Amino acid sequence: MRNKEENLSRRRFIKKSGITVGSVLAASVIPSFNAVLFASEKPKGKGLWYGIAIDIEKCIGCGSCAKSCKIENDVPEEPFFFRSWVEQYTIKNDGSVEVVSPNGGIDGFTQTVPDDEIEKSFFVPKMCNHCYKSPCVQVCPVGATFESPDGVVLVDQTYCIGCKYCVQACPYGCRYIHPTTHVADKCTLCYHRLKKGLNPACMDNCPTTARISGDLNDPESELSKFIKTRNVYVLKPHLNTGSKLFYNALNQEVR
Amino acid sequence: MPIQLKRLLILGLVLVSIFFVLKYLLTPESFGQYGHYRGNALVENATHDAKYVGSEACVECHEDIVEEKTEGFHNTLACENCHGPGYMHVLDSENELQMPDSREFCAKCHAYNRARPANAITQIDIEDHNPEEKCIECHYPHQP
Amino acid sequence: MNPQFEHLYHALSNVDGYIYPNEIELSWSLLIVLYPYITGLVAGAFILASLERVFNVKALKPTYVIALLTAFAFMLVATMPLIFHLGQPLRFYEIMITPHLTSAMAIFGFVYLWYLMVVLLLEIWFDYRADMVIWSGESKGVKKWLYKILSLGITDVSPEARRWDEKLGYIVTVIGIPSAFLLHGYVGFIFGSIKANPWWSTVMMPVIFLFSAMVSGIALVMLVFMAVNYIRKQKIDMLCLDTIAKYLFYIIIIDFTLESLDQIHRIYEAEESFEIISLLMSGKLFVTLLIFQVLLGMIIPLLTLGALQFYKPKEKIRQAIYFVTGILVLVGIFFMRWNVVIGGQLFSKSFYGFTSFKLALIGSEGFLAASIWLIIPFIILAFLLWLFPPWKKTQQDHSLVG
Repeated sequence: MRNKEENLSRRRFIKKSGITVGSVLAASVIPSFNAVLFASEKPKGKGLWYGIAIDIEKCIGCGSCAKSCKIENDVPEEPFFFRSWVEQYTIKNDGSVEVVSPNGGIDGFTQTVPDDEIEKSFFVPKMCNHCYKSPCVQVCPVGATFESPDGVVLVDQTYCIGCKYCVQACPYGCRYIHPTTHVADKCTLCYHRLKKGLNPACMDNCPTTARISGDLNDPESELSKFIKTRNVYVLKPHLNTGSKLFYNALNQEVR
Repeated sequence: MPIQLKRLLILGLVLVSIFFVLKYLLTPESFGQYGHYRGNALVENATHDAKYVGSEACVECHEDIVEEKTEGFHNTLACENCHGPGYMHVLDSENELQMPDSREFCAKCHAYNRARPANAITQIDIEDHNPEEKCIECHYPHQP
Repeated sequence: MNPQFEHLYHALSNVDGYIYPNEIELSWSLLIVLYPYITGLVAGAFILASLERVFNVKALKPTYVIALLTAFAFMLVATMPLIFHLGQPLRFYEIMITPHLTSAMAIFGFVYLWYLMVVLLLEIWFDYRADMVIWSGESKGVKKWLYKILSLGITDVSPEARRWDEKLGYIVTVIGIPSAFLLHGYVGFIFGSIKANPWWSTVMMPVIFLFSAMVSGIALVMLVFMAVNYIRKQKIDMLCLDTIAKYLFYIIIIDFTLESLDQIHRIYEAEESFEIISLLMSGKLFVTLLIFQVLLGMIIPLLTLGALQFYKPKEKIRQAIYFVTGILVLVGIFFMRWNVVIGGQLFSKSFYGFTSFKLALIGSEGFLAASIWLIIPFIILAFLLWLFPPWKKTQQDHSLVG
């Protein structure tokens, strides 16, 4: 008698656990497979596809790019919102690394570490990398940020709900929340200028032509030639963001 | 079917239908045109006026200055880099542009900084080189 | 200086090392700490209820209904912190009509509605339906009509109908368990899937969130159970209380193991972000992580509840210990959420420095607003206990099914 009771309750337990485990597994497969494979797809099409290149060996840290970007795009003047900024790296003889970006480099830089302590020093301009496997696009819950058909990552200002998920997801710190509209904002590669046949403001105003943008799919463009003839690197390649901002002569200390 | 289930299913169907009606009504019209976003957003992002008009716009009235510039070391320097965005001035030349003449302004590019590549730009020790005078006293900015 | 930016200038002067210029302000603040905390309480309370219903832990029967009502009361409030933290709260509906399927956050609207309506509401409904019909006959005025509407106009209380209530309620509970995992697991995934942030990006995140949710939910139900009995001046069922504490102890062990495993793995691998994260843990997070979360929230409850498994002092002393332990656990799990959300934004993604965070008192992300969001569920719970008193229910034997 007792054995039968034990068997019954054991069977009931196994049945219940089976149902629970089964439904947990089923629930885990519900999101569409496409969504899970976001970052492993290559871009399609052969049309115009914007990319950017920055030559560190030419950057003099004047901050004209950061300054003209703020003016062109009505970015708030306070030192907390930048679509583009310049960093100064100082690698000292003892190996320690010092990085500064006072007001994004807009007011220029002064050298604070004496020459004899410096092993290497250089400027690194930063801006949105317009990734083609962009983690910021991946995490937007409503579709307010997206990659345009010509490869520029843009924000839909009237649709963004301001959840700030994209700000968290960008590995390069390119995004910020606009203090007036309370939605996400970032470098648009001066899309309004591109569509008029002009260059982005930062690139036109660089005195040493250290920054260029162009068509990655056009083998004759200045950009494609730049990439072909130099050792180019992207920031944080291990994150597989599909960054389209290629640096020449990027040091390993740069993040 | 027990009556609870019947009433619940009817209620559920009503709520789900309301949801789909709302979804149809509230989804913006150009959504999904090129991808999971409002197609009109592309146009909206492109519809801003450019503030920096480019040096070609300056040639029309200031041909002589532009010609001077092309013969000097500042030939790759955009006019608007020093003078600020030109869109207001192009609209009405009464609107004046900036005329920066302070030492700090020139120092932003030319002051010695170890991080500046030596061959990219001429650098001077800003504290040593005629500290009491304005740079433009000796160096004509359009043809330095 | 624009007063709007005063706190940012203050933060700028407190920057330690180098941060990307846009990182000065923490975009996810107290409200985003609250949301996982509240949904965690919901998921945890529900799992405790399902222990009785599906896994037939009979000793927990007195807490079954209280656990469900607690979960429901907190679930009603759960969305509020999220909506208030949005930059454009009036556009919140977009997440339901154009959800971007690659984003974990996009399933929020659907998971939330599913869990609220189909799991919690239905389960409570099936459990109370017959009672509501009986009560609508006994009461007058507003209450009578409330019961009538809520029972969807059905008046059948025959044993046949009640057997169907049992069966359907059971099915809902079984579906509810993976739904609870999804409800809180996706929140963990929201953080765990951000490869840009090494403090968040770990496979363990959804699992850690889930088990710490269970810890907090069980502790909450334990405290509510003790409070309800105290207010009603009833003698508390010690077997039930001891069983709750036992399960709390087991789940704390699992949660502690998971979190320790995550840290040990991080320390052992010591990859790129290790140095800045060690500085974070020993510096800015020392008090909230090592003292509040680990020592007070986990180690002391673990040792106390563990000791009680072997040595059982008098009832009154056990009750006092359970009460204090429950509070410690709830505080500890709150700080676990704090350390994940706030901690993850304190260090720069350049790994070269830290920004600072000062908790505001007023404002939508302030301490007062957060306290209100935590107090309202208790008010709702009190209302629910008035409308659906568990002690006036006609007896149901859950072992009729399964």
